[in-house]
Amino acid sequence: MIFRIINKPELRELFDVMAVNRIIGPVRKGTSHEGKPLYAFEPVTDFNDLKLEYTTTTRPAKRYFLPSHETLCTFSVHENGWDKSVDFNIHEPHVFFGMHACDINALDKLDKVLLESSFPTPYYAAKRKNMFIIGVECDPQPFCFCRSMGTDSAFHGFDMFLTDLGDRYFVEVESAAAYNFLKNIKTREPEEKDHARYMKVVAEKNRKYTATVDTTDLAKILDMEFQSDVWKYWGDKCLSCGTCASVCPTCYCYGVEESVDIDLKGATKKKHLYSCNLIDFAEVAGGHNFRPESHTRLKYRYYHKHRGFMEEFEESLCVGCGRCSEACLARITVPEVIASVRSGVKPKGRSGRHGK
Amino acid sequence: MENKLPLVDVLKGVPGYQRKSDLGSFEYSYKAEITNVYPLTANEKLYQIQIVDPEMRRRFTFRPGQFVMLEVPGVGEAPFSISSSPIRHGDIELCIRNVGNLTNFLSRVQRGVQVGITGPFGTSFPLEEMMGQNIFLIAGGLGIAPLRSPVLSVLENRSRYANVDIIYGARQPSELLFTYQYDMWRKFDISLDIIVEKPDKQWNGPVGLTTDILREKVATPDSSLSKNTYAIVCGPPVMFKFVCNMLTEAGIPMQKMFVSLERRMHCGRGKCCRCNVGSTYTCLKGPVFDYWSVMNLKEAI
Repeated sequence: MIFRIINKPELRELFDVMAVNRIIGPVRKGTSHEGKPLYAFEPVTDFNDLKLEYTTTTRPAKRYFLPSHETLCTFSVHENGWDKSVDFNIHEPHVFFGMHACDINALDKLDKVLLESSFPTPYYAAKRKNMFIIGVECDPQPFCFCRSMGTDSAFHGFDMFLTDLGDRYFVEVESAAAYNFLKNIKTREPEEKDHARYMKVVAEKNRKYTATVDTTDLAKILDMEFQSDVWKYWGDKCLSCGTCASVCPTCYCYGVEESVDIDLKGATKKKHLYSCNLIDFAEVAGGHNFRPESHTRLKYRYYHKHRGFMEEFEESLCVGCGRCSEACLARITVPEVIASVRSGVKPKGRSGRHGK
Repeated sequence: MENKLPLVDVLKGVPGYQRKSDLGSFEYSYKAEITNVYPLTANEKLYQIQIVDPEMRRRFTFRPGQFVMLEVPGVGEAPFSISSSPIRHGDIELCIRNVGNLTNFLSRVQRGVQVGITGPFGTSFPLEEMMGQNIFLIAGGLGIAPLRSPVLSVLENRSRYANVDIIYGARQPSELLFTYQYDMWRKFDISLDIIVEKPDKQWNGPVGLTTDILREKVATPDSSLSKNTYAIVCGPPVMFKFVCNMLTEAGIPMQKMFVSLERRMHCGRGKCCRCNVGSTYTCLKGPVFDYWSVMNLKEAI
């Protein structure tokens, strides 16, 4: 890895240099009912709109590489049959300006199943290979447990990564494309004092984490506690709404639906992201449902994230971004569910997330 | 404009052709024609489906137990076990019950319709490994559909297997599938026992469950079962446990017992997660599992 230092005003220069491309970044979208700012990944044309100090985005950047609805192919139907035409739905590269380490790690995890295993999916590949990612160091929030998941820093999967050192940025340069972009602005070699400052900033960040998940032997414990009553407790709370999956940066399950065009001359095959918590997720034609109760579906979600993916790739599919806990209408949080499965004790008199 | 990032074409520079890693063929389906529709019962029909391109048809190979995704544009796509012999290549037969959206549409089509076929996908029954041994094939209801391919394969290589026993159970005689082939199977030295739960007036065969026949077959303790016998089981979820337990007690090792599981699938390629059992993809690690693997899968049967 190559490291550089840039003075803060230079970042605007870098943005302007890159602005010939489509830039997606964190922007402020509104205010929550608690008065906190809400952020989202949106196309940015003005550097002033870019909020690199954002807490987190309510939704991940998933819609740019795993859109909730996507056309897989279209058919033209004629007298003697039909023809299929496939489009991967990407027409220009995207620059992601300001992704946190958790979201970059989420992409690396998705790569494992969508790019590097058998039958890689071209719809994802085409978008992923056309992402230029600038990571930015974050400010841990009360719901963040990425440090427990080992995803609080990113080692790869980005082009450059910025850490705010006060009046300057410490820049990790991962790709040649990033190196070339940096040639357009003033940069310098980091000195010993920059290294010291960087380590101090990271140490300060690490002290800010409050939420934790004990992942010791978690895959094994989930297997042992498959019949635990605790699942029923959480299942009874779960509304089976699928919100957790829609805000999850690593949920990739989907369903496919086809429709006939109104002129009867064509048809469309569409994919829409799904959630394993939705009631018909495992229902087969004829009506047999392999997971009819909400607790079996909720359990399955934890199994896939923390056990199945572990079995296949030696790591968990959860990056600890905490979005699902924040978005859950039933206030089910990952740290609480896992703690209860580990201890076998259902939470008593819980007051909801963050003591609310 | 030197800072303009180039659009990367993911299809460029992929070396060689490998279906399992080829991004370009992910959404490719063979154009195939339904050449014949043969009604088997009130709800099930046998579809003879031929890949249109003769070269593609010849190159299409599969192993018994594997499945294909069948697609009707605008209607849907679903997985179906191949019911024909592998020596017929891309001239396949699918036994389909009219039960859902796509199959309801299929139940109303006539021969000549063009459909899309993708695959084959999934694991298969290890018929080479079974050579020289006895085979129990136990099917319940529609479970005969994925079993017909190994049955036909065994028939075509009859000298390579010892005793072959098919035990097939259905709810009632009118639901029995492939009735026109029973005589042929028996003539080719395959023992075929058929049992129904609810007999009608014409029925003069045994009445009960597949396990009733199986119990008789494995009643006499035979220590050689563990060494010389394989079993293939396919049927409704409730059947697996009872049949596999009985076979285990009879001494057949778990890794010589194979089941074919049914799950919902939207892709067949290990991506949509709909078929996951516990967290194992039925489409990649299955649909054929040995019983040991099934025992290790949570909520499999």
